[in-house]
Amino acid sequence: MNNTEKRQLKALAAKARLGAIIGTFNAKSGHPGGSLSAADIMTYLYFKEMNVDPANPKMADRDRFVLSKGHCCPSLYAVLAMKGFFDWEELTRLRHVGAMLQGHPDMKGTPGIDMSTGSLGQGVSTACGMALAAKYDNKDYRVYTILGDGECEEGQVWESAMFAAHNKLDNLTVIVDQNGLQIDGPVCEVCGIEPLDKKFESFGFHVIKINGHCFDEIEAAFEEAKTIKGQPTAILAKTVKGKGVSFMENQVDWHGKGPNKDEYEKACAELQATIAELEVEC
Amino acid sequence: MADIVTKATRESFGEALCELAKDNENIIVLDADLAGATKTSIFQKAYPDRFFDCGIAEGNMMCIAAGLASCGKVPVAASFAMFATGRAYEQIRNSIGYPHLNVKIAGSHAGISTGEDGATHQCLEDVALMRTIPGMTVLCPADHYEMKAATKAAIELDGPVYIRLGRLAIDSFNDPDNYEFELGKGITLHEGSDITVIATGLVVNEARKACEELEKEGISARLINIHTIKPIDREIILKAAKETGRIITVEEHNVIGGLGDAVCDVITSEYPVPVRKVGVYDRYGYSGPAWELLEKFGLTKDGIADVIREEIAKK
Repeated sequence: MNNTEKRQLKALAAKARLGAIIGTFNAKSGHPGGSLSAADIMTYLYFKEMNVDPANPKMADRDRFVLSKGHCCPSLYAVLAMKGFFDWEELTRLRHVGAMLQGHPDMKGTPGIDMSTGSLGQGVSTACGMALAAKYDNKDYRVYTILGDGECEEGQVWESAMFAAHNKLDNLTVIVDQNGLQIDGPVCEVCGIEPLDKKFESFGFHVIKINGHCFDEIEAAFEEAKTIKGQPTAILAKTVKGKGVSFMENQVDWHGKGPNKDEYEKACAELQATIAELEVEC
Repeated sequence: MADIVTKATRESFGEALCELAKDNENIIVLDADLAGATKTSIFQKAYPDRFFDCGIAEGNMMCIAAGLASCGKVPVAASFAMFATGRAYEQIRNSIGYPHLNVKIAGSHAGISTGEDGATHQCLEDVALMRTIPGMTVLCPADHYEMKAATKAAIELDGPVYIRLGRLAIDSFNDPDNYEFELGKGITLHEGSDITVIATGLVVNEARKACEELEKEGISARLINIHTIKPIDREIILKAAKETGRIITVEEHNVIGGLGDAVCDVITSEYPVPVRKVGVYDRYGYSGPAWELLEKFGLTKDGIADVIREEIAKK
């Protein structure tokens, strides 16, 4: 990836973060913290990695994405809007009565959403089902899913991990957004999940550890995943909850609340400055 | 009338899946380490490449099915009714029901007739749980021929279906030469004008025997077989309420949330008549041979006949 491309991705990710802030501000609720931590990976997936067509969102052989940590949909919605699945303006109606954009992803109502999620632990299993369907049909599409690190406390994550390895789902890439915080506090204090790498390895996954905000590392990980045969891949991405908005970074309070007007304006100013800087450099 | 077939509906279901799979490559069957018991093993043997054992992980299995369905497959996910609908209720609600995915959920060993395994395995709540999910079709076939027809209808329907299977081998009573299954339509098995018995599943044949016996005593009891509990046949129920004025519902299920409640939902708003719900009265079952348990819980011919006599006496 050359520097121009990297800056473009960074600018898109900053816009995705801006969309998440616009959405959660207008909704007066939602989950900005985890939306911001996963924004770089979602941006990379939709703008660099996945074969999708906004004009044909149900294209049969498209790559699939499941946001298993469904509450972080504000940045996913922003990425889908930038990609052209629907209007950016929809973000201003996030979580409103009658809106297209629900509080958690709804595959029936939102173009580009491949699976309805929100109940933790279930998305990763549905992603396994999609990967199994591809194998069954001898199709080469790939399936990606992002899990929260707190979500790894759900037993179903490990049921699905056993299933994925047992069925050799090498077309499945599981990404864990390791921002280290969940609603009740630091993951290590609520109910520790470490060593996560050894857990996934022992469940039969090929494990790659990266900085989830570094596009070079993100790219290398997804490229490596495609070379792995006979087993699924888990990318453990260290991230910062609230990344990109100074006062939200590493603050558990920003797990699940919308910014007020002052906070919204401050966050927008920071993100717009980041975007402007990156676009000048491009 | 063809010969009576004595077979558990789980077995009829397994056979039906094999027959349907011949012409439909999209049918994929999942089980959770109970293939031998749910009889999806029949399918597994015939189509090993289209069968996936998910191990003892029912929640994961339901979501695997959801993922498969989202990619155009027609997954059938089977387990005991207890674990399919109980343990995995929330997965069914959120990952299958909410996106209205084309998954067929099979719950075997439903009801008290599961027998010796006792309370933990005798599911008496599955119909109640599945009825609460918007868009879920709920089927409870009564014999071999009905199960085969219902399985075909379930596969042909584009949407989530719950189908209730029994463990116990039971006699068929439908005549395959003139039996017609229509999703959402009840079947009048016995004409009558004094009272109406509405039954589902295994107890339909017991109710049929009871109605025939009572005919000799001069009691004219109508019998309606409801194989589709949701969407329920409102027309046949309201007609029975108007014409007979009194209803008895019979089911091998808790009286809370099952067929009886579904029937009451229909008539209370349009034509209320007294309804006596026969089933398991808000309690757990216990171990024992299936027929002995059915007898104890008043779900055989004699128990049903007694209730009909009692209700007729109230008229």
